[in-house]
Amino acid sequence: MIELRDIHKTYHLGEVDLPVLKGVSLNIVHGELVALMGVSGSGKSTLMNILGCLDHPTSGEYWLDGREISRLTARERARLRNRIIGFVFQNYNLLPRTTALENVLMPLTYTKENLSEHQKKERATQLLQKVGLADRINHQPSQLSGGEQQRVAIARSLVNHPRVLLADEPTGNLDSRTSEELLQMFQQLNSADGITIILVTHDPGVAQHAERIIRIKDGLIESGTGPPRPGGAA
Amino acid sequence: MKSYGILKTASGALRRNVMRTMLTMLGIVIGVAAVITMMEIGKGATMAIQRTMASMGANTLVILPGAANTGGINYGVGSMMTLTPQDADAIVKECPAIGSVAPIVRARTQLVYGNRNWVPTYIYGTTPSFLQVRDWTDMDQGEAFTEHDVRNSSKVCIIGQTIVRELFGGQSPIGKEVRIRNVVFKVIGVLRKKGANMMGMDQDDILLAPWTTIKYRVVASSLTAANQSATNTSVSTEVNTLSKIYPNLQQNLYPVPSATEQADVPQPIRFTNVDNILTAARSGSQIPSAIQQITMLLRERHRLHTTDPNDFNVRDMTEITKALTSTTELITKLLLCVATISLVVGGIGIMNIMLVSVTERTHEIGLRMAVGAEPADILRQFLTEAVVLCLLGGTMGIVLGRGSSYIVSSVLHWPTAASVGAIVAAVVVSASVGVLFGFYPAWKASRLDPIDALRYE
Repeated sequence: MIELRDIHKTYHLGEVDLPVLKGVSLNIVHGELVALMGVSGSGKSTLMNILGCLDHPTSGEYWLDGREISRLTARERARLRNRIIGFVFQNYNLLPRTTALENVLMPLTYTKENLSEHQKKERATQLLQKVGLADRINHQPSQLSGGEQQRVAIARSLVNHPRVLLADEPTGNLDSRTSEELLQMFQQLNSADGITIILVTHDPGVAQHAERIIRIKDGLIESGTGPPRPGGAA
Repeated sequence: MKSYGILKTASGALRRNVMRTMLTMLGIVIGVAAVITMMEIGKGATMAIQRTMASMGANTLVILPGAANTGGINYGVGSMMTLTPQDADAIVKECPAIGSVAPIVRARTQLVYGNRNWVPTYIYGTTPSFLQVRDWTDMDQGEAFTEHDVRNSSKVCIIGQTIVRELFGGQSPIGKEVRIRNVVFKVIGVLRKKGANMMGMDQDDILLAPWTTIKYRVVASSLTAANQSATNTSVSTEVNTLSKIYPNLQQNLYPVPSATEQADVPQPIRFTNVDNILTAARSGSQIPSAIQQITMLLRERHRLHTTDPNDFNVRDMTEITKALTSTTELITKLLLCVATISLVVGGIGIMNIMLVSVTERTHEIGLRMAVGAEPADILRQFLTEAVVLCLLGGTMGIVLGRGSSYIVSSVLHWPTAASVGAIVAAVVVSASVGVLFGFYPAWKASRLDPIDALRYE
């Protein structure tokens, strides 16, 4: 599903070259639930941006779904993000003064699929029901709790039926009980719908929920490169 | 479907911050309203100026008979007697560019009332439409003579303010009788004061009477009667004087037709002629076509061969017409300047707010890009927002502009004229201002890096 081969990423800050990723190789199989761990400055965010097709590597190969995508243009990457990848952010990133339903509908604006307004609404409503917000459909983010907002964000990330879900510190702003609920939801999405999920976190407690933990340090993979251990935790 | 989605997104974004949307729109609203108000007031002003100019005689065309040429001696313009009252009737009937026509018979002689006398600059025998041609229809006292008076050659006249002063010492002359060469005329009206013309001639020193009366009773009487006045220079009397000296001499008014021509096109004998014909074109712009129409008509009526020169002259008031045209152009340009400035100001306002909006919504842009918006989508969204803003603002501007020009015309009593052109222009311009000034912020937004945009706080 996802295969990185010797990924380098170097930022050019004026005269100085700042290497952030120094040859990352890793493998994620379809349907896995992995955690990407590392302290800040370890290159964790950069790796996540590359995995999420938000950025392209300086060198190396990135195979996603059987395609080499490290040299795609900004436009092609945008299409890929829309079709294959779902994002969940630490600070939810919902549009203010916009209802939950409209927030979930938003990515569909950029889809090439031809759906009628009715089909779109139906799909978004189903997803909101799935994350347990059936009665909050017309609430605005300011009227929702943190956990509810993050669930709207999850519904939004799922609206295009992505193959991969990329969650960047999804529980970073939430209390432990809500966090637990959300992580269970991720696990359920993974096992029931077969969506590959990558949890980016620095919290070992969160990482425990994953089948495999990839640790990154100083721009290199420290452990958990894969292939995955057979028969990991279900 | 797709464009509907974009429109929906744009209107959603605009509705999310109503205050900002309103403030942005205000620039365009005021711009467009200013354009429309200025255009309408300006158009009204232009029309008012045109009317004023027309009353000065800008649209007036004078038709003079041609020059007589006998034995190598040219007698100058007006020395031939080729114009008839029937020519005047034909012109008003057959020349669509002509609004009104008045034939004129001139006389210059003494006016007597009681123990006073006076020689007016103008004694004109004419028809009531003279007042329309000269834009002089509103009388100071009494009323004008009628077509009926012309047909009957009634001995009535209307006089200008100068004659009222000189003959009547300022008293009302209505109903009094003045004598012109011993013909008694009843004063039935007094003209409004018009002042001097551009040459310094006193236009109020005038007496108007039916042309039939002047022609047959006053001028003709001078053939037989002794001159009442010492001054006697009128062209009409000149000819008659000749015939008096040489009673057998037949004056040839027209080129003498050959026997064949006579047989082919028998010409009616013209009984009478007028000294000139005064006409007014319907508008300043129709003057050239009016001249052309008159020339064609009169050549036909006078049966001139294609090689013959005109036996008449058509004069226009070139100087005044030029002044009129240049004034109108000046006002139009001035309005264009004002309109452009206010729209540019409005447009820059839009650009400002859109730039602020892009910065403020960096996060949103980043998110939209992360979920799969292409740069072109972002560009389109912000551009649509700008255009929607401008069109909404434009619409409100039209309403406001029409309203304020209505208020201006009803409260200040300035002349205004509704201008469809201004409204169309305002809509087109406000849309293009939206595209023009919305493009840079939209382009800037589309060039954002999604990672930076997402991290931006």
